[in-house]
Amino acid sequence: MGGNLAVDVLIAEDEPSILESLDFILRRAGWSIDSATDGEAVLEKVRRSRPRVLVLDVMLPRRSGFDVLKTLRADGETKDLPVLILTAKGQQQDRRIAEELGADGFVTKPYSNAEVVGAVRQLLGEDGGPA
Amino acid sequence: MLSADFVIATSVAYVGLLFVLAYFGDRRARRNKRSWLHSPAVYTLSISVYCTSWTFYGAVGNAARSGLEFLTIYLGPTLVFVGWYFLLRRLVRISHLHRITSVADLLSSRFGKSSRLGVLVTCIAVIGIAPYIALQLKAVTSSIQAVAGASEFGRGSLTGIDDVGLALGVAAAMALFTILFGTRHVDAKEQHHGVVAAIAFEAVVKLAALVAVGVFVVYIGGGLEAIFTRASDMGIVVDTSVAFDSRWITTLVLSIAAIVCLPRQFQVTVVENSDENHLRVAGWAFPAYMMAMSIFILPIAVYGLTVMPAGSNPDMFALTLPLAAGQNGLALFAFIGGFSSATSMIILESIALSIMVSNHIIMPLVLRFSTSELSADGQGVSRLLLVARRFSIVLILSLGFFYFFFTRDSDALAPIGLISFTAIAQFFPALLAAIFWKDASLKAVTAAILAGFAVWAWCCFLPSFESVSESVATLLQFGPWGIGWLRPEAMFGLEGWDPLTHAAFWSLSINVVILTIGSLLTNPSALERIQATAFVDVFRRSGLPQGNFVRGSATANDLFFVAERVLGEKRAAALFETAARERGVDPAVLEPTPDFIARLERELAGSIGAASAHVMLSKVVAGGDVSLEEMMQMADETQQAIEYSQELERTSAELRLTARKLEDANAQLRELDSQKDEFLSQVSHEVRTPMTSIRSFSEILMEPGDLNDSQRRRFVSTIHQESLRLTKLLDEILDLSALERGERNWRNVPVDAEAALDQAIAVCDALLRQRGMRVEFGERARATMVEGDGDRLCQVFINLISNAVKYNDADNPVVKITSGVKSGQFVVDVADNGPGISKGDRKLIFEKFWRGVEGGGDQGGAGLGLAISRQIVARMNGSLELVPGPLPGACFRVRLPVVKQVAPA
Repeated sequence: MGGNLAVDVLIAEDEPSILESLDFILRRAGWSIDSATDGEAVLEKVRRSRPRVLVLDVMLPRRSGFDVLKTLRADGETKDLPVLILTAKGQQQDRRIAEELGADGFVTKPYSNAEVVGAVRQLLGEDGGPA
Repeated sequence: MLSADFVIATSVAYVGLLFVLAYFGDRRARRNKRSWLHSPAVYTLSISVYCTSWTFYGAVGNAARSGLEFLTIYLGPTLVFVGWYFLLRRLVRISHLHRITSVADLLSSRFGKSSRLGVLVTCIAVIGIAPYIALQLKAVTSSIQAVAGASEFGRGSLTGIDDVGLALGVAAAMALFTILFGTRHVDAKEQHHGVVAAIAFEAVVKLAALVAVGVFVVYIGGGLEAIFTRASDMGIVVDTSVAFDSRWITTLVLSIAAIVCLPRQFQVTVVENSDENHLRVAGWAFPAYMMAMSIFILPIAVYGLTVMPAGSNPDMFALTLPLAAGQNGLALFAFIGGFSSATSMIILESIALSIMVSNHIIMPLVLRFSTSELSADGQGVSRLLLVARRFSIVLILSLGFFYFFFTRDSDALAPIGLISFTAIAQFFPALLAAIFWKDASLKAVTAAILAGFAVWAWCCFLPSFESVSESVATLLQFGPWGIGWLRPEAMFGLEGWDPLTHAAFWSLSINVVILTIGSLLTNPSALERIQATAFVDVFRRSGLPQGNFVRGSATANDLFFVAERVLGEKRAAALFETAARERGVDPAVLEPTPDFIARLERELAGSIGAASAHVMLSKVVAGGDVSLEEMMQMADETQQAIEYSQELERTSAELRLTARKLEDANAQLRELDSQKDEFLSQVSHEVRTPMTSIRSFSEILMEPGDLNDSQRRRFVSTIHQESLRLTKLLDEILDLSALERGERNWRNVPVDAEAALDQAIAVCDALLRQRGMRVEFGERARATMVEGDGDRLCQVFINLISNAVKYNDADNPVVKITSGVKSGQFVVDVADNGPGISKGDRKLIFEKFWRGVEGGGDQGGAGLGLAISRQIVARMNGSLELVPGPLPGACFRVRLPVVKQVAPA
């Protein structure tokens, strides 16, 4: 899996154990995965590995998930990239902000694995695709 | 000898001349405001109405009897005019501002526009002045008799008329003169320019006459030295040594009071003053005038004693010396001079007193008992006033005559004058208090004047009837009902004093004591307070207190109706037109503002006195029959309203303050609330993070799948670690919450801080070795006792050291620990060579849930460690802060106060 190849899912998450679990379940679902642990890295990896879907945690170091989302939506190349927001705060306000910024999905931690996989699948447009 | 008829004819002609002078003076004054009538010279000369026939005749007699004592009567006024310029200026300013017309008006106006005080002062003035008037009558009578002599020819048409009849005639003539002079019209400011002109002329005449006699005496006596030498050769010794005794002080004090309080002096000095600057000239010119008047008195007295037959009346020397020398012309001039001094005094004194009587007694009575008077006939108040004044003049001269009649056997003139001075001096303390002391109250002043007057009547006035009344003589000797200590001339056992000194001492002492103590004990009413401020602070305030009439419902028409009646149509119209012009409206639609009503009141006060003007206007303005008491109550209510609104203002200010405090508290609560929300949100986030891993890995493990053993172990281990993290997090949250709320049963005891530090280093040893970190020790303190909790302190050090380890990504990581005691404080520095804390984060590091951004592998903390440590140190009265350290990374410093070393047992 070369760094310059397009990946299915880019995971942006700074908590190592959560990242590991996401990596595991999404890989098991059959997608190629790349990851980033801070906001700056996310933007760079989006440009470089052209993911089909971005799973974006809100609380990221250096640049917050919302900030990243805003930047992506402002860029013509990335404004249509499907983004699934992950948040641990679980507040209505976060969900609203995410919708306003143009997030395509919203999942609250702690999530069920099936929920995340389902949401990613939907964003990939693979309903009924490989299990 | 001169014929009495000739002398009387001359006198009448002289009075006629004065009348013409007054008439033209009035006309001139009315036509041209800036004529010579308004000059300081005329003002000064009019003030010298102080020198009456008492001076002209009496001073000579006084000098012949008691030597230089006569001088004190002129020394007092000199002191006032030279030294007390500020007092006179203050009086003049106040009187102009408030349209004061007399002493009674001044005191009444100052003390809450009290009509009762006005009445009291007026009554006392009228009674007290009676002896003074009598003195003039006596002098004129004696002088006519002295000129006419005892011969049948000389007496002419006076044949068969004794001195009483003559005095009666003189009194009647004087009353007539005064009425003709002083009551031709009512002036708003009670200024009588014509009369003042005549008085000034008389001042010149009497001075010229006395100086003429003096020069004549010196001339025929062969010079001053010859006169005195001859006298001493004949054994006539006039006491020229000025004995500074009690009587001397008494007459000095009395004359000081008199020059200010005598009704006529107040009239000429204060009321008739048209320009404050005239006082400056009068300040030196009036004393100079008095000096010129008194310079020849001693020579005349001494020469008279030398050449006149024994038993001659020394009071008449100024007249009898020229007569004896056959100088009839000079004698006539001297007579006219003496006559001048008497008439000017009587005319002015009567005018001044009549103003007081009509304004303070008659007008209030009329106002009180006849409500229809105002609306009755056309000229109304103005005519009523003139009638009242004429009646008063007759009354005053009658009183003077009666006093003369009852005490005619007493020879000397001067003592009679001093009786009046003592009576009038009773106003002096009140007057001073009125313009200098805000706390002086109506009740105290009234009581003081009344008491002083009573003492005067008993000790001074009553004894003057000794010669005509058996019972008075007995009373003087044995006291009433034989009570010795109540004898009028030896009160309370004060025997052997000069009667005048005795009377003045008791009356003035009691007066002052009652005034002072009374004022301190009583509370002035609202109106008094307003007036007190207006009077005492006259040079501090620009305007007058306004708004005494709050319920103004009067129309300009009503007010004009009143003004017209008092001021006359012309003046009233002028006043209203001016006001309308200032407002820029037609006089017909002029709205009477409180301002205008206050001005109108002052104008009216000029004619009828402050109290009466107040009552009169309040009738119109309040639209009903309002008594003075009601009016004062109204003023009180106004004051209360003011106080109430001030109170309200104060209360609302307090309310505003409270509201602001509540707002602040509310903002604080909102801030706390949002902090709480933030905290909960943070907690939620911190709890959800490990929970996420736990749930996710659990699900992975629960699902049937092809996990190998190492994966399975790894996931279970992660779950376990995250559970531990969760537990630790919850513990820390509870711990911090407890520390912040201070609920924990915290006890500070002396602990060895150095030992706690060593223990922490030992605990961290494993962690340090795991990271391959070197501990560098700086200086170390010896065992140091601080107040605190040993375990907690150890917790703080562990936190600091583990932070230094955890976030250190240097190639050769070092933590440096230094401790020491500096100025009573145990100081520990924990420094590292890690990335340090960026500038922007320095303020945030002690916040809850803040974590090192560039976290190393271990992210186990929830970011509460520093917050908890800081709380712990604070509980031990110490501090935890970030300081510039010896290594490139961060350096945390703990300071704790050192406990005094206790010697081990």
